[in-house]
Amino acid sequence: MIDRAIIGREWPPFEVEIEKGRLTLLAKAIGETRPIYTDEAAARAAGYRSIVAPPTFAFCLQADSPVGSGYLTDVGIPITDVLHGEQSYTFHDVMCAGDRVRVTRRVVDVYDKKGGALEFVAFESEVRHADSGALVAVGRQVMIWRHR
Amino acid sequence: MTGLPTDALRVGETLPPLVLPPLTRATLALYAGGSGDHIPLHIDSDFAKAAGHRDVFMHGMLGVAYLVRMITQWVPQERLRDIHVRFSAITYPGEQLTAAGVVSAIAPDGAVALELTLRNAQGEVKIAGGATVVPQAR
Repeated sequence: MIDRAIIGREWPPFEVEIEKGRLTLLAKAIGETRPIYTDEAAARAAGYRSIVAPPTFAFCLQADSPVGSGYLTDVGIPITDVLHGEQSYTFHDVMCAGDRVRVTRRVVDVYDKKGGALEFVAFESEVRHADSGALVAVGRQVMIWRHR
Repeated sequence: MTGLPTDALRVGETLPPLVLPPLTRATLALYAGGSGDHIPLHIDSDFAKAAGHRDVFMHGMLGVAYLVRMITQWVPQERLRDIHVRFSAITYPGEQLTAAGVVSAIAPDGAVALELTLRNAQGEVKIAGGATVVPQAR
């Protein structure tokens, strides 16, 4: 059983400088070929600071945490038995290559279904511009421990 | 209003779908690199099988990226205010996915609610959810 006492746990915030190469690789991976996502000159011509990060990049930033996927084991979910249950985002701004952002994550809920066969941990995360503190995105993520 | 396609919308209208090629292990490997999600369930068949899956399977967020591509080929991404999804089934290599959206409500301020689904060729729902698109960029 996941310990309910982890509700409220926070990981130290971390900062990420968004690299062009990361975004062009991500664009390739998701099949995104439009030039604002792949070409700096085209992005600037369209009025952006640089290559545009697709909205779901907000989730990818979590992988840059110093703990990596270790946040799952930190809350007691074995990496072999994890499933992504739900995800939501509210977007407040667009991120571009060269931006520096600050990322937070905390546990907001723990619950179970099917007599404990499935346990759920809900996380909330925020992405803000590191310099101004302006909000970029707020996410809610539910991860499932599928007991075998 | 911006003259973009939401201006003359009706509830029930469908967005142009995004029809994807069959999922490959190469795509999963690329997505692991691009996203930074290196959880081996998605890229190491031996690990996935030992964990009780029949093979590696798609990162859920790759499916969300496909849904967002469908939305942002319709309106610029500045107009996507929020998205929420539930992952309802695992997607394995070889499955062919289609991202679809339909207008479910239009608010007085012009905000458009979309119902979203990502399904395989057999019609099995992999991801279901919704999104809100606003008439003006932020």
